[in-house]
Amino acid sequence: MVGLCEGFNPSRRALMVGGGALFSWAYMPKFANAADGRDPRLIVLILRGALDGLSAVGPAGDPQYAALHGQIALTKDGPHAGLPLDGFFLLNPAMQNFARLYHQGEAAIVHATATGYRERSHFDGQDVLQSGLPGVGSIKSGWLNRAFAALPKGDKVQPMHALGVGVQTPLVLRGPADVLGWAPQGMPEAGNDLASRLLDLYTHTDPMLAKALEEGLNINTLAKNQGLMSGPNAKPQGGSDNPAGMRQSARGAAKLMAADDGPRIAAMAFDGWDTHVNEGGATGRLAFLLGGLDGAFAEFEQGLGAHWKNTAIVAVTEFGRTARINGTTGTDHGTATVAFLAGGAVKGGRVIADWPGLADSQLYQNRDLKPTTDVRSVLKGLLADQFGLSAKVLADQIFPGSGTIAPMKGLISA
Amino acid sequence: MSLTKNSKAGFIALNRFGYGAHGDGDLAAAASDPRGILKSEISQPGIALLDDPQFSSTTVLLQKLYAFQKATQMARKAKVAAASASAAPAPDAAKVTAAKVAAATNNGAPQMQPDAMMDKPKMAVRQPPNIVQQTIQAEAQAKIQRALGARVGLAERLVAFWSNHFCISLRKSQLVAIAAGSFEREAIRPHIFGHFADMLLAVEQHPAMLNFLDNAQSIGPNSPTGLRAKRGLNENLAREIMELHTMGAGSGYTQADVTSFAKVITGWSIVGPPGKLGTPGSFVFNRFIHEPGPQTILGKSYPQGDITQGEAALRDFSRRPATAHFIATKLAQHFIADAPPPALVARLADTFTKTDGDLRAVTLALIDADESWQLPLTKLRSPYDFLIAATRAGAPLPMQIGPYFYALRLMGMGLWAPPGPNGWPDTNAAWASPEGMKQRLDIAARWASVWQSGANPSQVLEALAGDYASRETQQAVARAPSRPEGFALLLMSPELQRS
Repeated sequence: MVGLCEGFNPSRRALMVGGGALFSWAYMPKFANAADGRDPRLIVLILRGALDGLSAVGPAGDPQYAALHGQIALTKDGPHAGLPLDGFFLLNPAMQNFARLYHQGEAAIVHATATGYRERSHFDGQDVLQSGLPGVGSIKSGWLNRAFAALPKGDKVQPMHALGVGVQTPLVLRGPADVLGWAPQGMPEAGNDLASRLLDLYTHTDPMLAKALEEGLNINTLAKNQGLMSGPNAKPQGGSDNPAGMRQSARGAAKLMAADDGPRIAAMAFDGWDTHVNEGGATGRLAFLLGGLDGAFAEFEQGLGAHWKNTAIVAVTEFGRTARINGTTGTDHGTATVAFLAGGAVKGGRVIADWPGLADSQLYQNRDLKPTTDVRSVLKGLLADQFGLSAKVLADQIFPGSGTIAPMKGLISA
Repeated sequence: MSLTKNSKAGFIALNRFGYGAHGDGDLAAAASDPRGILKSEISQPGIALLDDPQFSSTTVLLQKLYAFQKATQMARKAKVAAASASAAPAPDAAKVTAAKVAAATNNGAPQMQPDAMMDKPKMAVRQPPNIVQQTIQAEAQAKIQRALGARVGLAERLVAFWSNHFCISLRKSQLVAIAAGSFEREAIRPHIFGHFADMLLAVEQHPAMLNFLDNAQSIGPNSPTGLRAKRGLNENLAREIMELHTMGAGSGYTQADVTSFAKVITGWSIVGPPGKLGTPGSFVFNRFIHEPGPQTILGKSYPQGDITQGEAALRDFSRRPATAHFIATKLAQHFIADAPPPALVARLADTFTKTDGDLRAVTLALIDADESWQLPLTKLRSPYDFLIAATRAGAPLPMQIGPYFYALRLMGMGLWAPPGPNGWPDTNAAWASPEGMKQRLDIAARWASVWQSGANPSQVLEALAGDYASRETQQAVARAPSRPEGFALLLMSPELQRS
């Protein structure tokens, strides 16, 4: 347990009431690069449940695609035609915003990508994706938390903590570095006096609860200052598997991150991608969810305002789904899939793929899209270019044992 | 420190194994014989059953659902017909599409919002609850009443544990929603002190599970129907049985084993409204969609059979050492610590194996273990356990079930609605999040503000924790500037939050 409570600052009530420096206890990571004026932001969206990359971004130019993916394949023509990307791939028509960003050079797709995990358990797969470990193992922290902790400590840079959206912090952001949590509120708040008395009690009796509560109170103050505690933002509008809920989470996170003393790093999880039955292609369940993801990108673009130009968002999932549809017009657990990149800092307008092909012999285990890009190279590339983390730190601390997987170059437009 | 006869051991019995004291007397009674009070509770015949005559069986509930869905469909058709007859402008294409998409997200069933109607009172006029919502409310009410009234609550804690182990989510479909309570009553409660294999079979043959993990629609490719229709295998349930219900991920089975097992349980399905294969709404082994021929799983061949092929495989899974270890680890993690003592896990697994999965024997081994009586209590109560413990401690009992649903949803633990088939997490890391603790505090403050009791918060603390209460908590509660603040501090104190 972290000894945050030691030497607890008796003036905390003033902090909770708000105004000025919110995070007096923070020691400040320095990644607002004063020299070139960049103030980079990174947002990680974890799509839990295994996104079908072949119906999200369809390889319409592959001769096997239409037959394999059957009635949920994207098509070039028809009433629900896929959105053209580069002549080979089509984007699911539920993602109009993303298509616009793509064509203005602010969004890219990595296809046929996967973690190092080659089994098909959601939960192990999500653990590997979020822990950054080469495989299943004992997990103490997530790669985004470790990346945050590895940033050089500055002296007078504004306080910036990483932000976990949702009642539970996503694993990718759990770990030694302090994390703020925020979720849409739904109940009148406890008073400041009560909060400070309880914090005082925890400080003397239960350090773990003290740390969690203090962080919860701090982000709450910031949320209040950003207008997230009143009006339409105040109440949860839907779960993490509902487009309204996805948009609301993104809108709230964007507001918090747009503040001068707001977080520069955030993570949240969107659920519901486990489409075993009646998946749908251009319309239906998957398209419904992709519309929510698309809306989240739009909320970030709008809410981050001037900071959008320095922002990179990456959406990743634990693995893909079978190339062939199953017996219930859905897909079962597979291997490679897509990752979405968006943001003003992203060098977009590209589908990055070493396309493996979809012929039986080209599929992984004659079943799944074969991975040709390790998703860690994408994540390492983003961390290297956004925050200047070295290849060595990335290979040793952030994604242990990934020395042979080089950070992908040129994901961020300089 | 190891404790026997004092209020600290009584406190452990009530909190590590139960839902905490109700007030005066409970702590003293538990302290006089901490192990005995637990053993006597679980030896009461039928202690875990909820066979209130107000409740219908799953089969009857599904028949009501089928009728409700048919009526809804007819009403919608009539509305459309009336609209087109009056030559109104063509419906907005975008809206129609949106409605279709919304329906598609719920497996083709009309969108339901079990939470919405349980929200805080709204100004707008609300529809009366439909049959699905009424059923959820009544089942939840009975479940919560049982937990509130239990002497200690060990049986109810075990029901919650096994319900989470074999979880389903009412967000999947109306079918799961209407059967969420009956699933627990029929597949979990009768077996928590029986044999694991019997619970496993009851669960995997229950319509709620067969719908939740899609097996009802899985069709053997070489079955009579499979040869004719384009539909086929769905391996969702097969995989989760191996990974989540029995042996655990990484225990040695392969993709080929999963596929074979998926074929073995094809045909485990639910009788639909026409009742061609039996009583509508009941479990059925449908031989027309069962994959013929022998299958090999984990090196063992299961000859062609009917329902017995899958039942044999499940009974074999239940006897594998990996299953014993997986269950023992989860139980110890739930009741003792996030990182439970390996010796304890080994002992529980050993008991499980030697007794062929006798869950009463395993529970008794947990009660008898010295490790179970060590202080401090390190687990943070889950949101559900917190609400039950708070109400038992004297927090105002709502007249309706709504506030419980609402508070649970805010704390990220909607009743019978876990985020995935792996259920709610069972670690402090998951529940002691900044946002989670802030939500707890707001909820505690809200409940404490309407605490009508004339009781004194310090006296309640004394009744709940006796000499286990820390000096700091005693002082914080005693020095609170108002009675509501005193009660809120009591509800949020480590003495009530930890278990």
